[in-house]
Amino acid sequence: MPQITYIDSDGNKHQVELPLGATIMEGAVQNDIKGIIAECGGSCMCATCHCYIGEEYLDKLPEMEEEEDEMLEGAVAPRTERSRLGCQVRISNALDGLVVEIPQEQ
Amino acid sequence: MKKNVIIIGAGHAGIQSAASLREEGFEGSICIFSEDADFPYQKPPLSKGYLDGSQQKNSIMFRSEAWYENNQVELKLGELVDKVDVSQNTVYATSGVYTFDFLVFATGAYNRELPIPIKGTDQPLYLRTMKDADYLKVALDQENVQDILVIGGGFIGLEIAAYAAKSGKKVTVVEYQPRLMQRVLPPMLSEHFAAKHKAYGVDLRMGVGVQALNQDSRWTASLSTGETVAADQVVVGIGVLPSQNLAEQAGIKCSNGIEVNEFCETSVTGVFAIGDCALHPNPFAGGGMVRLESVQNAVDQAKVIASTICGKPTSYHQVPWFWTHQYNLKLQMAGLSEGYDQLIVRGDVEGDKFSVFYFKNNQLIAVDSINKPADHLQARKWIQASYTPDVQKLSDDSIKLNEC
Repeated sequence: MPQITYIDSDGNKHQVELPLGATIMEGAVQNDIKGIIAECGGSCMCATCHCYIGEEYLDKLPEMEEEEDEMLEGAVAPRTERSRLGCQVRISNALDGLVVEIPQEQ
Repeated sequence: MKKNVIIIGAGHAGIQSAASLREEGFEGSICIFSEDADFPYQKPPLSKGYLDGSQQKNSIMFRSEAWYENNQVELKLGELVDKVDVSQNTVYATSGVYTFDFLVFATGAYNRELPIPIKGTDQPLYLRTMKDADYLKVALDQENVQDILVIGGGFIGLEIAAYAAKSGKKVTVVEYQPRLMQRVLPPMLSEHFAAKHKAYGVDLRMGVGVQALNQDSRWTASLSTGETVAADQVVVGIGVLPSQNLAEQAGIKCSNGIEVNEFCETSVTGVFAIGDCALHPNPFAGGGMVRLESVQNAVDQAKVIASTICGKPTSYHQVPWFWTHQYNLKLQMAGLSEGYDQLIVRGDVEGDKFSVFYFKNNQLIAVDSINKPADHLQARKWIQASYTPDVQKLSDDSIKLNEC
């Protein structure tokens, strides 16, 4: 299973293994990573699973749908080119070793 | 001495209460009673992603087992609470008698049942729990099940109708009110959704009641118009009622829900009610008493009681928001539009990408957005801050929303 490192909203590192097909949001919630709220449960409705993706993995991510793009515009923490909604990124083998940073605010 | 909290109910309200209590540094014991034997899960996906198979059991669980262990949150699943005695701070459950310093009713709501004669060996299907959803999916997915009758044109009924229609079933929706989702949507949006359902072949019967259901080899529904509708399966979604029996029997003040103040505290000190079961004063309903059935309300009220229990009384002041997903239409609602006296439509109605802004006495009170998530997030910020955008600018699509 791919290994993912989360840096939570307090700056603590957590290394976890996630099953293929799980989303970054689900992985965070299931592993009690602080800072991912995911109020809507993964429906791309609330923008509270905003995270910053490690730069070297940006081109390995599934393409962003218009909906996610729009939601990110409304996220509380500043949007950067590394911003994604955790519920819209599924874990694949290509993401093994990925580092995901969680912003302080959702 | 450390205090302890008992929570009744393991939906969004109950689980968030436990999580927020720990985040606030609460050190006493926390115990959650849940009638539902399944490991605590989120209910909104049951009529959406879970039903269509895009979300699995694992992905709709609130938290992992390890989380409950690490945070010392005790779960008593599949366990009924029989009685609450507030004078003795005691809960009587199947496994024994438990005492509390604080009690939280997060009991949710139960399905309103069809008040008509029903004859048959089976019962029509309802949806509330994961078990119901599993059963519903199997029932709807059967190949020899072709004609589906959905009774009720609200969110749940229509989400199920959309799933069935997309799966190629012949769906009839019977709604007692003259239009879909009448309680929460203006005529324009009811029409928009009706047109989408019709485009998928759904037969909508509006302003029509069902008077009886009979099952032989198939179901036959007798309608108030004198017509009948035949179906292989009947699904009912005609609203919910607050689960308030336990509270009522304990002498806590209830009417349409368990009555609470702005701190979500009931008529008994130290006893709270939150989420679908709580009738509360809401600043976004002009301070009136309302009962909201939504994730937002459950989660935000849970945060309120957690603060209050931890000695930082906080009043409930969060803009309500809701969502439904039918076909390609993702509707997000911010605020409560009831009583609006003006509305402005912005965006591409034909292209299913627009928002409706509602005003009352020149104040923005609500915004419904279809496939316009950015509008929705902006609207929540505005309504929360009591900001009213410039109506002239808002009517001009060429001006960016955040510049209105």
